[in-house]
Order: sequence, then C-alpha cells, then structure tokens
Amino acid sequence: MADRDYGFRTRAVHAGNVPDSASGARALPIYQSSAFVFDSTEDAAARFALQKYGNIYSRLANPTVASFEERVASLEGGLGAVATSSGLSAQFVTFASLAGAGDHIVASSNLYGGSVTQLDVTLRRFGVETTFVASDDPADYAAAIIPGRTKLVFAETIANPSGDIADIAGLADVAHAAELPLVIDSTIATPYLCRPIEWGADIVVHSATKFLGGHGTTLGGVVVESGRFDWSNHNFPLFEETVAHYGGLTWYGNFGEYAFLTRLRAEQLRDIGPALAPHSAFLLAQGVETLPYRMQAHVDNARRVAEWLEADPRIETVNWAGLPSHRHHARAAQYLPLGPSSVFGFVVKGGRAVGQGLIENVTLASHLANIGDAKTLIIHPASTTHAQLTEQQLVDGGVHPGLVRLSVGIEDADDIIFDLDQALDAALKGASA
Amino acid sequence: MSDTTTTASDTAADTATVTLANGLTCAIPASSPLAKLLKSQRTWVGPSAKERLGILRRARSVAIVGASPNPARSSYFVGTYLQQSSDYRVYFVNPNATEILGQPAYPDLASLPEVPDIVDVFRKASDIPSVMDDAIAVGAPTVWVQLGIWNEEAARYGESKGLTVVMDRCIKVEHARFHGGLHLMGFDTGVISAKKQVR
Repeated sequence: MADRDYGFRTRAVHAGNVPDSASGARALPIYQSSAFVFDSTEDAAARFALQKYGNIYSRLANPTVASFEERVASLEGGLGAVATSSGLSAQFVTFASLAGAGDHIVASSNLYGGSVTQLDVTLRRFGVETTFVASDDPADYAAAIIPGRTKLVFAETIANPSGDIADIAGLADVAHAAELPLVIDSTIATPYLCRPIEWGADIVVHSATKFLGGHGTTLGGVVVESGRFDWSNHNFPLFEETVAHYGGLTWYGNFGEYAFLTRLRAEQLRDIGPALAPHSAFLLAQGVETLPYRMQAHVDNARRVAEWLEADPRIETVNWAGLPSHRHHARAAQYLPLGPSSVFGFVVKGGRAVGQGLIENVTLASHLANIGDAKTLIIHPASTTHAQLTEQQLVDGGVHPGLVRLSVGIEDADDIIFDLDQALDAALKGASA
Repeated sequence: MSDTTTTASDTAADTATVTLANGLTCAIPASSPLAKLLKSQRTWVGPSAKERLGILRRARSVAIVGASPNPARSSYFVGTYLQQSSDYRVYFVNPNATEILGQPAYPDLASLPEVPDIVDVFRKASDIPSVMDDAIAVGAPTVWVQLGIWNEEAARYGESKGLTVVMDRCIKVEHARFHGGLHLMGFDTGVISAKKQVR
C-alpha cells in the first residue's frame, strides 16, 4: 500500500476493489449468493452479535455490494456507505433510522416528486410530520425546526426542473445549531461536481440509478455518512440505549463514529429489507469507473445546449444555474465550479401545445421519465404527469404549461441541438396550423 | 462475574483529558461541549495509515489492558475479533477478572507469558501514563490507546521513552481496514491496491 492520497479518477476506478484474495480476479466478482457459510458455531455467533466482520446474508451485506459502497464512500469523502435497492429506499432507511412517530422533518419543498410523497404521504401516515420550506434561505429552515421533535434537515444539491442550488453550508449551520444532521440528496450533482460533506452535510443520499450508474440500466441507491456527526447528542437517545437483540450493546458506545452506518445496516436493512442486488452493484460500480469523464461530458454538453436555448427567440426561459441569468448562478459557481450538472427545465413560448409538439417531434432525445442517462432524455410535465390539469391549474401549481425538462446526454452537442431545433420548428408549425 | 470495578470501556469513553489554554490539563466528560471544542485543538499527531499498517503487520501478540468479560463492552468486541479474525496471540489483562473469552485474565502486563508487541488500552484517559510505565517496564514496544480516549501529555511521555504510540483509534477497526472486514461493511478503507488482499 503506497502512502499517497489518490486522486478522484483513480479512486473512481480502484476504490473498493482490491483483487480477490482467493481467485485474484481483477474485475469485480459478482457474488450471486443469498447467504454465506460460517466457519464454526462460534464464528456464526460472533458475526450475528456484530463482534466481528463477516458475511451472513445478502440482505445485510454482500461482497459485490460492498465494493460499490466503498467506492461511493471514497468519492464522497465519507466514512462509509450503505447501498439500497433504489434512491427512494436509500432515503427511506435514512429517515426511518432517525425519525419515528411524533418526530418531525424539515425539508425543502423543491424536491423530486417521489421524495415529496414519501415524506408527505407514507411517513406522515407513520406519524412523522414534515414541514416543507418553500424558500432558499437557510433562516426559513431554522424557523421551521421544532426543538425536541425535529430530527433532520433535508434538501437536494440541485433541484429539478427549477435548477435551484441548495446553500449547503448555510443549511449545515442551521442544522448543526439545533444539533441535527443535514441530509443532502446529491443525485443530480454526483461527487464529481459537488461533495456535500466538504460543505458540512452529514449524510448524502443518491439515486445511483441516475448518473452514478450512468447508463439507464440499473436501479440502486446509496447512503453515505461523514462520521463527524455526534450521535450521542440528546436528539438521538436511540444511539445510547441498550440494544437487547445485539447482546446489550449501545450503538454509540460500541461503535462511536461508526454508529450510524452500523445501525443503518444492522437494523434498517435488516428490518426494512431494500438490499441492492449483487448484479446491480456490479453494473453500478462499473458505471462509477467512468463517472468523472461522463460528468464532464454531461456538463460540457449542458452548457452548449443551455446557451443555445437561451439565445433562441422560441424559448422563454432556461433554468440552468450555469447561466448568468439564473438566480442561483453565484451559488452554482461556489458549490459546483465545474458546472451544475445537465438536468434542467426550459420554457417554450406558446404554452402546452408547443411543448407537446416539441416532445412529439424529437428523434434523438428519448421521451421518458428518467434522468442521468448517457442518452439525452426529455419530458413535458404538462402533457404527461400533469396532463389532467387546466392551464390555470398548471400555473397555480408552479408547472408552466410550456415547461420541458431535459437531461442532456453525452452525444455530440451539435446533434442534440440539431434535434431540439428541428423539433421546435415542427412544433411551432403544428401549433400555428 | 461483575465488571463494575474494572476500568474498561465503561469508563474509558466517559472522560477526556484536555489541555486548557493556560497549559494545565484536566479530565472532563468526553461528551461536554468543552471537550468537543478542545478536540479541535489537538496538536499530537499519531502514525499515518501506512505506519499503522506496519505496526499491525509486524506484531505477533496483543495484550488488551482493561479487557472486560461483559459481552456488551467494546473491549469484548475487540477481543472476539482479534481471537477469530487475526493471527495474533491475544492476552487479556484485568485484575478483577479470572477468565475472558475462554482464556485466563492476567492481573497485569508483567504476569503475561510473553512481552506483547502491542499493548491495547481500554482505560480512562488519566490512567494512560501508568499503563505507559507498565509497558515500558516489561519492554513492550507499542501502546495503542483505544477509540474515544485522548491524553496528549501521556502520548508525548510514552514517545519520549521510546514507545510507539497510537491513540483514539480502534485496533479492530484499523486491522479490519487493511484485512477486508471494514470493506465488507461498506466503509472506506482508503486502500487502493492492485495486489491481492492480505489476511
């Protein structure tokens, strides 16, 4: 082992994948096994009691999944990671670990729709109340914290389709002043563009389905923790209570800085069960190997496409914070100096009819409900997810009838622009016909 | 068997010896705001990751001072791990216990059948200097002070007497960092290598 701090690109390829000691396999082996044999009854007992490290059952840990976990933890600058079957389950195990009935969460209102419903429907039904903050000012988050009940503050590095950027350092100050962890969903940014832990976040969650995997093939999620948050503080008594089913240990007393992630695996994965499949972990880990190169291509293309759209008379607005016209341009430059990723909304002149026509006439961009693929993806909320609403209802709900969401891929930028250009022409012809 | 009279991990994690602005040192509750503030003012720097790996590779025997027979204690976890997942000869030192994890418990370092390569310490911060003296007296080369325990003065004292000192680190975690265990649980080991994993 060399005494060296290896760079991001080296860690993207190597972290978590030391050659297998038995076979010497250089690529990551896929351990497609539900369970693992014990050496002896004594060994089994020690593994079950968490007194030693070892595989038991793939719902809790699996060697292929572990490689993906360590790789993402290394790139985020975290202590470690726990992988899950999807981004939503990564969030769910995190929330379930920290909040129970009667507790409270403070979250940005500018979240992915599935995150909003997870908090507002399912967790609310379980007795966890969420206050959604419709502001980008950390002071408004501070005002929403209920001392003694609030357990965490949650926001996304880059929101979509607004393109808004979270003030991570400001939110971390607000959370820490109340002795709470800041949880950041950094799916759209990825650790290549922004590492929230370096700005004070305590927990980072990802939908690995998006840019981390990068090819639109595989569902997965991951939770990374910094190891810096003091889980012995009075807001989290569970970390210091005796755990009867693990032989009377206490999570904080026995594991210290490792307490959160050890408990997340040993309790939340055990009891909730959204384990990442080994084959999926292989595909995601392989995707991460090229993350730096793909993300650079994504932001380079996003810049070309966003600048072209903004200069085009057929377009009303472009919500990419890399543009000086975006209200969070300065924040983007601070937190995402290489560029604020490649997922953003733009508004076409002519409302719903032109937006719908654009979608119908693209031939390179794929019309589907996903982001973070190597391919350019496009969706028109007013004619899909919000199709049942009137124009006025759309405006009231903050979804402009002409809003189109783009996830710019890594094709040739000129070809992406060509496709949008010809589709806009066709849409306008159709709308005026 | 009671462990209430031991000075194992039950008390070790409770206090921290801190150096105040006036140069004096005192033990205060580790969870106090003052302890946390002063933690950011640490000046002693221990061995690097590569040096810690070297210490663990060269060692053949480990004595756990302040070992507890209580299965819920951190020292019991460390003992179980070292017995089962390492090749070390492991000894337990606790004057108030007779047997720990199926082995005899020794009253002190001098009673061990050999000089241990590493003295792993689960004792409160203010006890560390006397453990250093015991280690020096038997000729042990390394004192490893466990996670959550910090006493800079003691560390500098030990080093001045020729000891190698590791402090505020868990020997189980550090061994597992280089031998696959930490990796299996999804933690970042910091290990980047195209060589096969070592046991």
